[in-house]
Amino acid sequence: MSIEDAAPGVIAVSVVAIATLAIGTWGLRLSRTTSDFFVASRTVNPRLNASAIGGEYLSAASFLGVAGLLLTFGAEMLWYPIGWTAGYLVLLALVAAPLRRSGAYTLPDFAEARLGSAGVRATCSVLVVAIAWLYLLPQFQGAGLTLRSAVGAPTWVGPLVVGMVVLVNIGSGGMRSITFVQAFQYWLKLTALLLPAAVLLAVWAGDGAPAAAGGAVDLAEWSMPLADGGGGRGLYLTYSLILATFLGTMGLPHVVVRFYTNPDGPAARRTTLVVLGLLGIFYVLPPVYGALGRVYADELASSGRSDVLVLELPRLMVGGPLGDVLTGLVTAGAFAAFLSTSSGLSIAVAGVLGQDVFDRAFGRRLTGVAAFRIGGVVAVVVPLLIALALPNVGVARAVGLAFAVAASTFCPLLVLGIWWRRLTDVGAVTGLAVGFVGSGSAVLWAMTSRSTGGWAVLLEQPAAWSVPLAFATMVLASLLTADRVPVHTRRFMARLHAPETLHLDRSSS
Amino acid sequence: MLSRMRSPGPWRRRHLGTDADRATFRTLHSASLASPALRAGLTADSAGKAIRHLRALLGTPALALTDTHELLAWDGTGDHHAGQVDRLARETVERGATRVVVRDDLPCDEGSCPVRTAVVTPLVADERIVGTLQVFSPSHTAGLARAAEEVASWVSGQLDLAELDASRTRAMEAEVRALRAQISPHFIYNSLGAIASFVRTDPDRARELLLEFADFTRYSFRSHGDYTTLAEELRSVERYLLLEQARFGDRLQVTLRIAPEVLPVAVPFLCVQPLVENAVRHGLAGSASVGHISIHAQDRGHECVIEVEDDGIGEDPEKVRRALAGDAASDSVGLGNVDSRLRNAYGDEFGLVVETAPGAGTKVTVRVPKFAPGVHA
Repeated sequence: MSIEDAAPGVIAVSVVAIATLAIGTWGLRLSRTTSDFFVASRTVNPRLNASAIGGEYLSAASFLGVAGLLLTFGAEMLWYPIGWTAGYLVLLALVAAPLRRSGAYTLPDFAEARLGSAGVRATCSVLVVAIAWLYLLPQFQGAGLTLRSAVGAPTWVGPLVVGMVVLVNIGSGGMRSITFVQAFQYWLKLTALLLPAAVLLAVWAGDGAPAAAGGAVDLAEWSMPLADGGGGRGLYLTYSLILATFLGTMGLPHVVVRFYTNPDGPAARRTTLVVLGLLGIFYVLPPVYGALGRVYADELASSGRSDVLVLELPRLMVGGPLGDVLTGLVTAGAFAAFLSTSSGLSIAVAGVLGQDVFDRAFGRRLTGVAAFRIGGVVAVVVPLLIALALPNVGVARAVGLAFAVAASTFCPLLVLGIWWRRLTDVGAVTGLAVGFVGSGSAVLWAMTSRSTGGWAVLLEQPAAWSVPLAFATMVLASLLTADRVPVHTRRFMARLHAPETLHLDRSSS
Repeated sequence: MLSRMRSPGPWRRRHLGTDADRATFRTLHSASLASPALRAGLTADSAGKAIRHLRALLGTPALALTDTHELLAWDGTGDHHAGQVDRLARETVERGATRVVVRDDLPCDEGSCPVRTAVVTPLVADERIVGTLQVFSPSHTAGLARAAEEVASWVSGQLDLAELDASRTRAMEAEVRALRAQISPHFIYNSLGAIASFVRTDPDRARELLLEFADFTRYSFRSHGDYTTLAEELRSVERYLLLEQARFGDRLQVTLRIAPEVLPVAVPFLCVQPLVENAVRHGLAGSASVGHISIHAQDRGHECVIEVEDDGIGEDPEKVRRALAGDAASDSVGLGNVDSRLRNAYGDEFGLVVETAPGAGTKVTVRVPKFAPGVHA
């Protein structure tokens, strides 16, 4: 790749990385004097918070993976963006407000407060780390793909760059869940996808709106979900995917943390509603790229490089400086996607590791900040090494598996914990373990094996059986240990579900 | 222990223990059933819950519990005698010792009534007679009198423990109250004086300040809840600073830098305001120059960090150490109080951190975990 070709990518990546660090360090540090400072008006309002959630949530899979999957596999892959959005609908209906009222900052916090058990807390901490690492993996891989495509760098450069930026952020205390930065990232990503999409559509219309050439793929089959006659297998995969994405969203560690920033339950609901809108707007765009890719970039699909479709399409369709600018824009957006999602996840993992693991490391008590930093290094380095060792797991597929694990573990815990009085600590731990082993074995299989067909389809997308299994186990084990229902359950439930306007005495548990 | 006693069945079947053992178990069981109610103190409610088990202990036809002058609870037959209980209680409280009441003092019209005699024993808690235990039976024996005295002294022990619980709670409440009472008379006097100075020149401002003052006192004297949100606490700090600025004018300069993410965090009630008061006092003490105060609240992952800093005269670190150790003679009582309440709520690693030296200003740092079991605003 020549220097001219690499220039837009290099500029875009540098600008995003530097802007992220700079906003994290200096952003929102405007000093106020009392006369113009009013605390009440400064609580994070739902719109800003929703943008921040969107910024953190839209990851490499959304930005690059969906378009690539569409290009290769066709319309049934639309279930990914639909599921990732609809997950917030489930979150809105079942979890958002009660979770905020519980006062819990993380999922382990919620489990401890609800069930009063250190064992459940420890189990949840392990799961948070596992899910976050599984989710970080494709972010790092996506970064590798992006840098290779934009700059021509070897695939290991991307993960290293993202890892370093995230580490610097955690170390310096910048960007740490600063709402404004994440909100900025959402609008950057939207712009980075929206503007090029508009230009490319105009170019396509200018070309006389050509239809796709077809090539190796049957176009009728491509544009119809399940048209390949996959029968039971395709149907199973689709339902499994729907279940995983609809129910997995609530179990993602970096999503839950954001809800704490809402001042109360109604604000949490409003935030979720706005998130639904923002994600809905964003997810219209990847299918546009997918469809245009069918017309202009057929060879990416046949050569197995579909994940870089979004990055390469502008240059394939538009030449010259405009193509360079558009390429720079999508590269910047993609890089913002890796940075924001990896930062959010790494911070969530660093928090859990710092609080529950490194609190007493090396035989002495560490201060909160030191433990957090050690946690941060581990949180970034481990998935980084895995990403370098296993460079070939599909971006959207790996994220899909992270959702499957979240749906099989934290979804039952949250739903039953919030809506069912008879949940016990033993039930929760058993259910979490069953769900994790079930969905986790599928993940391992997907990472190590390449065979498909037969019963292996159950391991390809585990959610359809692992989620009901986890629910059933949790309910059964709770019923069998009915005498272990925590004594404070009724009080806690009242606090979760009573609207704030009721003025309960919420001071004691 | 308690839960095993609730199912004596298996023991009886397996012939574990002699009759005497079983009698002991039964006695301990009755006592353990009565004790939770009595640990709440001697009231009609607690007496009503405990008296059935106490009668089982003594095995008498009727039993009464009174406070120093009237009946609290009656259990057993012959409750037409309940009207005579008050008199017996008052007489016993006056004498201060166990007395046996014979048939003549318990007039009764019913021939079959088993209540013929009574043993009335005072109940003592905290070295004060708080009530009586009255045991009624067909005839009085030395054994019954002894049993009544033993049960009464056991009940007294439980009441003593209840008193201890209550005084422990009172001590903790008093600590918070003491802090509220520390809204210093000087502050009230000076604020009202400053407001008065605006009444003619700027009535609108005077009215606003007066309303701020009212809101400030309402928050500081509120009586419910040990925790509040950081937003509420900072709002009160804001009002306090407005009032102080009305008095000091440009001499007091304040910078606030608050990360919006931490505003919903639950913090102990009045954990920032005393620190700000300290900062104002130190920042402006003794000099006519300008004093800067800055208040920062930052998001640190699982924790929220609040810093209150002034550029005033500073203090001898040794004095601060004594104040944190709870030396009431120091003029920084607020620091010690906030420190101990933070430690109580979150554990010892969450105490105050004070950085100061004479002439170098003071910086006080509070760390609060965003989530702690049992802490809600």
